[in-house]
This record gives sequence, C-alpha cells and structure tokens, in this order.
Amino acid sequence: MSAEILAFLVLATATVAGGVVTLWSRYVVHSAFGLMLSLLGVAGFYVLLGSDFLAVTQVVVYVGGVVVLYLFGVMLTPPDREERSIRRIAVAGIFAVAALVVLLKAVFGMEGRWYGVDPDRGPASGGAVIREVGNAFMDKEAYLLPFEIASVLLLVALVGAVFIARREGGRGS
Amino acid sequence: MSPVPLHWYLAVAFLLFVLGLLVVLSRRNLIYILMGVELILNASSLVFVAFGSYRGAKGLLDGTVIGTFIVVLAAAEATIALAIVLNIFGTFHSVRPEDPNLLKE
Amino acid sequence: MQGLMQTDWGLFGDDHLRLMLCILLLPLMAFAVQIFFGAKLPRRGDWLPTVAMGGAFVLALSLFMTAVQHPDPTLFLHSARPPADEDGLAWNWLWSKGTPGKGNFVFAILFDNLTAVMLLVVTLVSFLVHVFSMGYMKGDPRYPRFFAYLGLFSFSMLGLVLTSNFLFLLIFWELVGLSSYLLIGFWFEKPSAANACKKAFLTTRVGDTGMLIGMMMIWWNFRTFDFVEIFEKAGQAVIANGGVPPGWMTIAAILVFMGPIGKSAQFPLHVWLPDAMEGPTPVSALIHAATMVAAGVYLVGRMFPFFMFAPDAMLVVALVGAFTALFAATIGITQFDIKKVLAYSTISQLGFMVAALGCGALGAGLMHLMTHAWFKACLFLGSGSVIHGMHHEQDMRKMGGLRRRMPITYLTMLASTLAIAGVPLFSGFYSKDAIVAATLHPAPGYESLALPHAGGLLWSLPRLLIPLAALMTAFYMFRLVIMTFHGTPRSGEAERAHESPSNMTVPLLVLGLLAVLGGSPWLFNGDFLGKHIWFNGLVHNPVFDAASGIVSFPEQVGHEGHGWAPLIISLVVAGSGILLAFLFYQWKVFRPEKVAAAIAPIYKAVYNKYWIDEFYLRFIVRPLVFHWNVFCAAFDKYVVDGVVNGVGRTARRLADGQGWFDKNIVDGLVNLAAFLTQVFGAIARIFQTGYLQHYITLLAGGATAVLVIFYWFL
Repeated sequence: MSAEILAFLVLATATVAGGVVTLWSRYVVHSAFGLMLSLLGVAGFYVLLGSDFLAVTQVVVYVGGVVVLYLFGVMLTPPDREERSIRRIAVAGIFAVAALVVLLKAVFGMEGRWYGVDPDRGPASGGAVIREVGNAFMDKEAYLLPFEIASVLLLVALVGAVFIARREGGRGS
Repeated sequence: MSPVPLHWYLAVAFLLFVLGLLVVLSRRNLIYILMGVELILNASSLVFVAFGSYRGAKGLLDGTVIGTFIVVLAAAEATIALAIVLNIFGTFHSVRPEDPNLLKE
Repeated sequence: MQGLMQTDWGLFGDDHLRLMLCILLLPLMAFAVQIFFGAKLPRRGDWLPTVAMGGAFVLALSLFMTAVQHPDPTLFLHSARPPADEDGLAWNWLWSKGTPGKGNFVFAILFDNLTAVMLLVVTLVSFLVHVFSMGYMKGDPRYPRFFAYLGLFSFSMLGLVLTSNFLFLLIFWELVGLSSYLLIGFWFEKPSAANACKKAFLTTRVGDTGMLIGMMMIWWNFRTFDFVEIFEKAGQAVIANGGVPPGWMTIAAILVFMGPIGKSAQFPLHVWLPDAMEGPTPVSALIHAATMVAAGVYLVGRMFPFFMFAPDAMLVVALVGAFTALFAATIGITQFDIKKVLAYSTISQLGFMVAALGCGALGAGLMHLMTHAWFKACLFLGSGSVIHGMHHEQDMRKMGGLRRRMPITYLTMLASTLAIAGVPLFSGFYSKDAIVAATLHPAPGYESLALPHAGGLLWSLPRLLIPLAALMTAFYMFRLVIMTFHGTPRSGEAERAHESPSNMTVPLLVLGLLAVLGGSPWLFNGDFLGKHIWFNGLVHNPVFDAASGIVSFPEQVGHEGHGWAPLIISLVVAGSGILLAFLFYQWKVFRPEKVAAAIAPIYKAVYNKYWIDEFYLRFIVRPLVFHWNVFCAAFDKYVVDGVVNGVGRTARRLADGQGWFDKNIVDGLVNLAAFLTQVFGAIARIFQTGYLQHYITLLAGGATAVLVIFYWFL
C-alpha cells in the first residue's frame, strides 16, 4: 500500500466522518466542527490532486472564514438541541441513498476512458503552479470575465449582508 | 505502484454530496441546512478538481480556477444566507425553516 | 482601392487626436457636472457648459485651420486611427480576436475635412446658443437642467461627427435624438410640447428602423462597421460584380438613407420638425436648424463613397431632396407663425443639401450645410429675440415695424435673409449656386441602372425643382422680414417691443457676420467670383471608376467648368423672389389675399401643409392606436358576446323544455367539475406544503428519478 493510497484513505475517512458528524450531531457546535473536519479533508484531497493553491484557499476561506461565520451564527441564535428525527432522516435517506446508488453506478459502471479522461493515470504531475493560476485569472482569453463578475458578486454580497443583517431600528422606526 | 483511481475520488465526493443532501433534507435548523449546502458545494468542487487533475496540467488549472470560483460563491452565499437567517431570527424568534409562514393561507 | 486607406495619419499626429478627444469630452464633463450639481453652482452653473463649449470651439478652430491650410484631396478619409488597434486612442468595445480584420466594434476617431467642418459648425453654433440662452432662458425654473441638456446634446453631436464606426454613429445618432426629445419637451407642462417631443422621437424612429436594417445588411455582407473598410469592401464588391453594384447595395443604401429622411426631416417624415418648434427657441436654433437635422446630411456625406457605388440610391436621394426642397418652400409661403416659417425653410434647405449630395456634389451639399448653419441659426436666434421682445407672441400678423425698436436683430436677420435668398457676396449665394450647378451637371456615370430609360428624365427633375425652390425661398424669407420688421406696428406688443440684452445680441452679431462672410472664398483665397470653390477644395467630391475600382479626388471645377448658366439662374431666381416679396408685402402692388382667393383650393391645401399630418393621423396613427381597440371591441362583440349569447340561448332553450336535464345533468356536471377541482386541489396541496425541505426533497427525488431513467431505461 503506497503512501498516496494511505493518505487517500485517511483523508476519505476524515471527510466522510466529518460529514456524518455534521449530519448526526445534536449540537450545532459539534456539527460546525464536523463540517470543519470535512472541509479540511477536502483540502487534503486538493493537495493530493496537485492543487496546492486551492487547498490553501480552502483552509483560509472555508475553515478560517466560513466556519467561523457559522460559529458566529450559532452564537447569535438560541441553543437548539433538536431531537434526532429518525423518521425524517429515513424519508430523506431513501432519496439520498437512491441518488448515491445511481451516482456510484454511473461511475463504476463506466468502462475505460470517459470524456477524454483516463481514470487510472493518476493526478497531474507537478501540480498547478500558482503563477499559472494567476495568469489564468487575468487572461481575457481565459477567466478574466468570470473573475471580474466574481469580484462584483463579492462586493454585492458584502453590501447585501450588511443591509440585510442590520437592525430594524436602523431604519428610523 | 498504481495511483489512486479517479473513481475513488468521485465516490468520496458523492458520499459527501449525499451527506450534505441528507443534512439539508432532514435537519430542522436553518444553520444546519446551510452547512449541508456547504458540503454539497465542496463535493462538486472536489469533482471538478479531480476530473481536471486526471486530465493533466491544463485540466488541473481549469479545475483549480473553477474550484476557486466555488469557494468564492460559497463565501458569498454563506454571508448572505447567515444574514438572512439572523434577520429571520430577529423577526420570528426562530431558526426553523417552517416558521416564517406569513404568506401561507 | 489604395487611395482610400491611409495607414499613416497624414498630417494629423498624436496631439491632434488628443485635441479631438478633448473636444468630445469637454461637453460630456460639463453635462455630468451640470446635471448633478448645476443648481448648487454660482449663477446656477450656466457658465460651465458655456466655457466648455468655448474651449471646444477653440480646439475645433485650430483643427479646422490645419485642415484648411493643407487642402490635400486625399485627406478625405484619413482615418486618424493608430495602425495597431490596441494602442492609441481607439477604444475596443465588444472586441474579439476571432473576427478577422479590424471589423470589431472599435471606437476610433475618423478625422477628415468633413469632420473638421462639422466640428467647427457644431462647436461654434453650440457655443453661441449657450451664450444666447443665458438671456433667453433667464428665470426659467429648470435653468440649470437646460444647460445640462445642451451639454449632452453637444457631446452626442460631436461624437456622431468624430466616430469612425457606423455602430457608434448609430449610438450617438440616438443620443442626439434623445437630447432633442428632452429639449423639445423642455416645457413639458405645455401639452403641445409634450406631444411634439413624442412625435419627433417616434417619427425619427421610423427612419432609424430602416437605417438599422440597412446597417445589418452592410454588416451581413461586409462583417465590418468601420467606414473606411466599408468603402473598401464596397469597391471590391462592385468590381467583383463586373462594374455594377450588387442589388443589395442599392437597397442597403436606400435603407440607410431612411435614417437621414427621418433625422433631416425629408419629405415623408418631415412632419415632426415644425412641431419641434414648441421647444425653447435656442434649441430650435441649435438642434432643429443648425446641427442635429444636418446630421442626416452629414451621414449621407460620411457614407458618400458607399452611396456613390449605387447610382439608383443616389437618384432616390436626389429626388427626395429636390422634392422636399420645393414642397416645404410652398408651405413656408403660407405660414404666419414666425418659427413655423423658419421650420419649413429649414426642411426646404435640408432638401437642397440632400439633393446636392444626390447629384454627386458632396462639397456643395456640405458647404450649404455649413452656410445654412450660420444663417439659419442666426435667423432662429433672431426670431427668438423678436419673440422675447414681443413677450412670446409668434404671429407675424401682429408684428410689423420692429426695425426701429430692434435694430440689431433687424440688421442681423436681414443679413441672414439675404444670405439664404442667395444674394451675391453673401455666404448662401456660394453654396446655393454650387447646388444649382450640381443639379445642372449631375456627376458622370450616374445613369440609373434600374430605370435605364426613365433615368435621364428623372435626373432632370432636380434641375427644375431646385431653382423653383430657391425662388420661393427668396420670396418667403423676405415676406418674413417685411411682415416682421417693416411697415407699421400691428399690435400693442409690437409698439412696446424692445431690443434684447447684449448676451442675446452678441451671438446674433457673430452669426450675422458669418452669414455674410462664412462662405466667401475671399476669406480664404482672396478670389471671389472666378474660383468660388474653396470649400470644394476642402471637401473634394470623390469619383469612382468602376472599371478599375479606383476612387479618385479630381481637381474641382468652378464656373469655368460649369459655364455661367448656374450663376445666371441663381441671380434670376433670387432677384425675382425678392422683387415679388417687395411687390406683395412692402409696396402692396398686389394683394396676397386676392391671390390666395384666386387659387383658393390650392392655397387651402398649402396652408394646411397638404394635410399630411391629418393624413398620418387618419391613416397611420389612428389606425395603429385604434385598430387594437377596434379589434378588441369587435372580438368582444362578435366572439365573446356571441359565445355568451349562444350559450345563454341554448341554456334557456334547454331549461325551457327540459328542466330535469338542468337539474340532473347540468347540475351534475357543475358539481362534477367542482368536485374534480377539489380533488386535484387536494392532490396539489399535498405537495404545496410551504415547507422548504419538502420542496428540496421532491427536487432531489425528481433528479434521482431522472438519473435512474437515464441509466436503466435508456
């Protein structure tokens, strides 16, 4: 068993376990930490796949930003120790497992190469150089327009969040 | 030594997706539901990067860029959605999705 | 086609390009500041657009002087654009590497002598109108906004003149339409003004639609909107077609000409211009006399090489122009509102320009555009001064004897009237004479292709119509001057009239001076009868040789080439027109009322503007507006009512004889329908729970179902 496969198994365990904790925990804070574990696992996958830049972004933005945001959200709302409704999970689980089965069948049932991808060739060697990622963002033949739109989106989200979350009293009632 | 096949990554991503879907479907707290959405977004991002990486360096570049965009989208979504949740809490004193029902009936 | 494309910029360098950009951006800046902060600025901001326009004028004058001092014929179509598209002052809009050539939507500046002339005209008239408006609009509640609109208009007009791309020309074309709309409706409290601005906007839009279709045809065939490239490819297309233009080019040219028909108020679409006089008088002078309406003429001039390739389109242009010239002149004779007379005079003079262009005389048409801008702006501003002095009375029958009370206005308007009538040594004489010469000698090679036999006959029509229209011009303009300024006052206002303040008279004096000198050759080359073609030396008429596909700019001929016939015709028509006006209105040898009574039916038709407005209202506007109502009413009456009545009648018949049927079957059906609705409602209600997660569950289930079907059953 090579180191890569070992790492993959560890990360997969962490990711799925984090997801299960998020699903199963009765405490919001535990769920948030489960989410964090899962996100860190995904960041590890990014490293394995050769995308260091995305891994770092994942850790900084998701773990450092979004999860903290959720923790704030948890703090600002009342503790909600909800009962685990087996019935609800079962109903949802029927659909979810059906979806999973279909998806896995679609993947593992497929023979050989598909869509020009050889599933056994392994991740790209060398990985994505950050310089190239930056150039791709700034190249108008590549991703400049989506990049600009994303920046506008972030600005709108910033302003919108402030506008939505401010107190009613701010409008002079 | 054979590398990890692409199928494995996809399987993990699908598991993650289904877990996120379950969270969204079964939880009764808006904050949980948003966490489920994050899991789903990460699953899709993982699929992009895995496919890209298995196509070679150029594909990995594209996958990385799309993954970055997903991170950006998720961050924007999280801020706005949490702001809305806080606003709903301020108005209805509840974070359950079925409670804001002023328009019903 | 080597002569057309100039990759070097000739004598215009980087600095000149910056000047042009400054000219364009100064009014825009003034508009932007004025519209937001105008009311807070000292003097309510009127100085800001005025100074900006003054600066633009100085820059335009320097560029014009450069162009005049180098009368290089090939300067026509110097595309002042950097060779490499990505550098310099070109702005790439919707730019892609995929499209071959430079056919992308690039905002670049096309500077040639045509542009130089237009820049000078627009900036100078606009500047003077700004100054004039300070007096005329004093005390208006929306005073700052008026100046902001003027700035917007100036920017759009200058952009229209400067751009090298048809698409941008269209954008600026619509922008001037917008500013015209805003300014005609400036006093929107008046219903007449509110209606007039809508009418102007919609009427010109009819023409613009045709122009847009023509543009699409050009794009479809040439894949470019760049003027220089269009001309180049048009030449190649003609050569490829064996020396005759492909049919679509003629159609495209005529469709493009529909834009000028609307904007320059040519015959079928002229109806908006007289109504546009509801706007403030400075606006009438700037937009509806000197500049915007001339944009149509400018467009034909800009696209001239393209039109040149399509002789049949040129014939259409010439006929429309000549007919409009005469037609509007006849109406002008009968009107009594001073601004209406000037409005019809404007339509008529625009017809002169268009006719000249149609006859292949680019230089003559554009020279008339320039001289017309001087004297017509002067006339409009003069009429504004009169209206100001008369306390907003516009009926000439109530004026008279204003010569003593408003001497400066009188003098300047008299000079302009002499110019428009075509009296020698005044500016209008030179341009009108050149137009008469052009109609006598249409450019060679313009035989009609579609109508080989009738073509010659049709080409002779402008020859008759244009001198007749010139005669009428002299007549109605002197009628205006005599009725307004000579004789004795015919109302209390006329007795109490006073001269306008100096910020109104100074622009009048400047424009009056230009009306005298503005077209004179001795201003530029010191020779005044033999070679009065300095303008043709400035803007050469290109000549296209279909066999070799070469556009050349031959040395222009003056009267030596045309013979003296045009000169004699101009003198005779101007002299007889003026004489007739004096006979009728000054010396009262003839009584106009008696003449009108003698030809009463004709007079009535002309006085009512040939009922064209009524015609449009009756046959186009009202049908369009009311047809829908009529259709709806008819539908309501015959179909809906019919169904209802039929059902009612049937039901009554059934009910009469067969009450049990009603009770058992009909009620049963009704109840069944209600029951079914209830059942389906109940089913639908199961899904419409209002719970977010139920919806998501259904969504996920549906997506899974689609996948299952996709993988197992397909």
